Amino acid sequence: MAYALQQLINGVSLGMIYGLIAIGYTMVYGIIGMINFAHGDIFMVGAFLSLIGLLLITSGGMLDGTAAIILVLALSMVFTALYGWTVERVAYRPLRGSFRLAPLISAIGMSIVLQNYVQVAQGARVKPIEPVVQGGFTLMRDGSFAVQLSTMQILIITTTLAILAIFTWLVTRTPLGRAMRACEQDRRMASLLGIDTDRTISVTFVIGASLAAVAGTMYLLRYGVIDFYIGFLVGVKAFTAAVLGGIGSLPGAVLGGLLIGLIETFWSAYFSVQYKDVAAFSILILTLVFMPTGLLGRAEVEKV
Amino acid sequence: MAPILTVENLTMRFGGLTAVRDVSFAAAPGAITAVIGPNGAGKTTMFNCITGFYRPTSGSLTLRHEGREVALHRLAGHRIARAGVARTFQNVRLFAGMTALENLLVAQHRTLMAATGFGIGAVLGLSGYHAAEQAAIGRATAWLEACGLIDRADDPAGSLPYGAQRRLEIARAMCTEPALLCLDEPAAGLNPRESLALGELLRAIRDGKAAEGAAPCSILLIEHDMGVVMGISDHIVVLDHGSKIADGPPAAIRADDKVIAAYLGEGDEDEEGAA
Amino acid sequence: MSLARTRRPVLGAALKDAGLAALVAAGLFLPMVGLRTDVGPTGALFLRTRWTDVLLLMAIVFAGRFLLRFWQEWRAERHGPSVQKRLAGPLSRSGRFVAPVLLLFALLLPAIPGIGRYELDLGILVLTYVMLGWGLNIVVGLAGLLDLGYVAFYAVGAYSYALLAQYFGLSFWICLPLAGLLAAFWGILLGFPVLRLRGDYLAIVTLGFGEIIRLVLLNWVSLTGGPNGISGIPRPSFFGLAFTAGGGPGSFADFFGLEPSPTHRVVFLYYLILALALLTNWVTLRLRRQPLGRAWEAMREDEIACRSLGINITTTKLTAFALGAMFGGFAGAFFATRQAFISPESFTFIESAIILAIVVLGGLGSQLGVAIAALVLIGGFEVFRDLQEWRMLVFGAAMVLIMIWKPRGLVGSRNPTVALGEKRTISAAMVAEGRG
Repeated sequence: MAYALQQLINGVSLGMIYGLIAIGYTMVYGIIGMINFAHGDIFMVGAFLSLIGLLLITSGGMLDGTAAIILVLALSMVFTALYGWTVERVAYRPLRGSFRLAPLISAIGMSIVLQNYVQVAQGARVKPIEPVVQGGFTLMRDGSFAVQLSTMQILIITTTLAILAIFTWLVTRTPLGRAMRACEQDRRMASLLGIDTDRTISVTFVIGASLAAVAGTMYLLRYGVIDFYIGFLVGVKAFTAAVLGGIGSLPGAVLGGLLIGLIETFWSAYFSVQYKDVAAFSILILTLVFMPTGLLGRAEVEKV
Repeated sequence: MAPILTVENLTMRFGGLTAVRDVSFAAAPGAITAVIGPNGAGKTTMFNCITGFYRPTSGSLTLRHEGREVALHRLAGHRIARAGVARTFQNVRLFAGMTALENLLVAQHRTLMAATGFGIGAVLGLSGYHAAEQAAIGRATAWLEACGLIDRADDPAGSLPYGAQRRLEIARAMCTEPALLCLDEPAAGLNPRESLALGELLRAIRDGKAAEGAAPCSILLIEHDMGVVMGISDHIVVLDHGSKIADGPPAAIRADDKVIAAYLGEGDEDEEGAA
Repeated sequence: MSLARTRRPVLGAALKDAGLAALVAAGLFLPMVGLRTDVGPTGALFLRTRWTDVLLLMAIVFAGRFLLRFWQEWRAERHGPSVQKRLAGPLSRSGRFVAPVLLLFALLLPAIPGIGRYELDLGILVLTYVMLGWGLNIVVGLAGLLDLGYVAFYAVGAYSYALLAQYFGLSFWICLPLAGLLAAFWGILLGFPVLRLRGDYLAIVTLGFGEIIRLVLLNWVSLTGGPNGISGIPRPSFFGLAFTAGGGPGSFADFFGLEPSPTHRVVFLYYLILALALLTNWVTLRLRRQPLGRAWEAMREDEIACRSLGINITTTKLTAFALGAMFGGFAGAFFATRQAFISPESFTFIESAIILAIVVLGGLGSQLGVAIAALVLIGGFEVFRDLQEWRMLVFGAAMVLIMIWKPRGLVGSRNPTVALGEKRTISAAMVAEGRG
């Protein structure tokens, strides 16, 4: 029981990271109907920028604790957003309205570029850091097993929820959000109505990338080690989360992320760690085959 | 003579919406039967049930052909075509990147596939396939001539003008050698001269005179343009709001009060039918 | 490009644009390039600054953007056919000769003086990718089914041969067809659940399938050796004659009375993969002209119309998957026998992406385009060997640039399979790319 509770806590904090990345997939898919294959690598760039920010701030010894983390988060979000914007501008915008496969190949190419760019710029070695946020609570004891809720996990969960609240407000209650939803429904009509669709799409990428940056920061702080290759697997899992929750749905992305995080954690805890990724991919396949609209997605009726 | 197609108590619901409600009618063999009705009357939905793209909620569809009875509502999509029902689409669906001739050869996939020994014989170059392909090209040529498209045989279907695309789609459907040809708004987007030529083509198809070696073929068409329908149909079924309101020869339909009311009283035209 | 376009000061606009681009570049490169994380002597990370590199990159971006803008403006000013259009005529005319010339070159390559072992190895590598490209072309180019997990079948073929040889001692020539059949079987197995899926969803499911196969190969240590792979895979023989280094009785060199040379085996492997690739090409070209191939292309154009013509979508899709997978399996068996060692590392997602890139860059459905794309990408990748870790970066950037330059690939047009009169190519704009 205590063991299961511990897994629940671990699963939720992992799921939050997936959820944050999944939002980027879901928003981009909703608005331009393509899988932004490079999004996982944007997350990886976000993690690296957080690492650089963290080293910059702590080495100066200027700040520590909460202020440092908030500053790292902000820096990482801004610079990662710039990467998201650039990727869209360089690799996707010239292909808008082109054949469907062209943007997909371009996205795969961009994913390769980002991975190898970071490898060239920052080196291929894994980057370990000292734990930044330490401490936590013992929730309960069951014999020798103690259920831990670390400060880091609390931080992940609260930060994610706060940022989700802000972005949900942004997407549902502001003119910007209305423009995004209009583009999602019918891009041509939206542009006829005077919405700058290019700008709206750029904003979508910027938002997606900054959320991925938050996920990157959290990943770095939680696991304390990153390398240039983390984007692929985490990206695929986050995409699975987006599909599981119903592509196009923001709450669905978070819900899907939580589910994937929980399944992965429980699978590793009770079955086999080696096959945890097989479990994730199997869920992806099963979801797409049997429930292609996901948990909170809308069904599409084919017109003849 | 027994009807070629019998529709009995056909009902189709989408969630809470009933697009077709308890419709029954019969289409006579060797005749052109038209289903008409204002926009949203449920014509296309019924059409999609007959051609196997929707599975009806209830009711039955029976095709009688060459002494066999086939329950269409039980068949999978591609088996309906094999049973002898060919169709065209409201928004023309040709294989745009393939030539007109290739389009007509794809339509003869089944006979050709059997001749190839399901792919294996043809790869090895067995002689039986060559003869079958020549016969298929012959049939395709005959239909291209019948539709006035022989000069465009080697042009991609997507580059043909709209009227020619409609005719090519009919030729493609006829190349499956159907017993019943179903046309979804065949006159939509045609100019008056093209409409007239279409009427003639349909009559020739019905009588088996359109192309060399073609058998007579019954036709079921849906249309909301009354003018086209009245000129060529032998029998008309009128739908409104998903239900049948009249059924008879053109002259009787023209005089029917309910039909006139349905077409003139189009104040509720924007009702929520599945088009 | 409206007619009433006012003449803008070209230089000023281009300068302003380039300035903005340099500013963006500063934002991108300042933290990521300017601050390098290095591991210090204590094991802790520290930052090393590289401001000159950032300045250099900014200058490059500035100049690149400026020249691009300037060129665009200059081209817009001039009326008349673009370079691309003027080249199109001669290119399509010469296109007829490219294929026979390439084929002749491929056939004679080992006989050309100055061609050594390195060149032949490179030729084998390129031909392997040509074959994989042609195999995937059946699935993606003809049937229009987007497959991002093609490497799975390559892996199935390779492991089939390796395991059959290891556990049952079967020879290459028996295993080759078996590897193809097993891969085809896996193709059908994958095909069944994904029949209903379309487009990007299909791509993701196939990606997941490919990863599952790799992860199972990686973790099923007792069968596959896990990350250590399988080594000592037997080399192929020439109709029972072994290629042994020392010659000896019963060897190839001994039988033909030749001086024993390691080159014999390389030449043999070269012709083997050439034959396998040509077999793939021959079957594809033949099938294209037949009902099955036409049904694939028709399915790519419009699946619903296919159904209305009585074509069974299920079997048509499955045959495409099975056939594509089978050729992937052949290529895999060849790979195993050539390397004599395989491990899951050779079958990562990036391989699938490269094969798909070859097909898309070459032009969906075009056999010649795929061959040229494989030659350019794989050959080019080899040429840039000295760039080391920069090489993948260049590779990815090339993928993006080629897509922007030619979204339909090098050869986007389609040749009709049959004609009453003269066959005329169909422009890429007409041809659909499938939604499945």
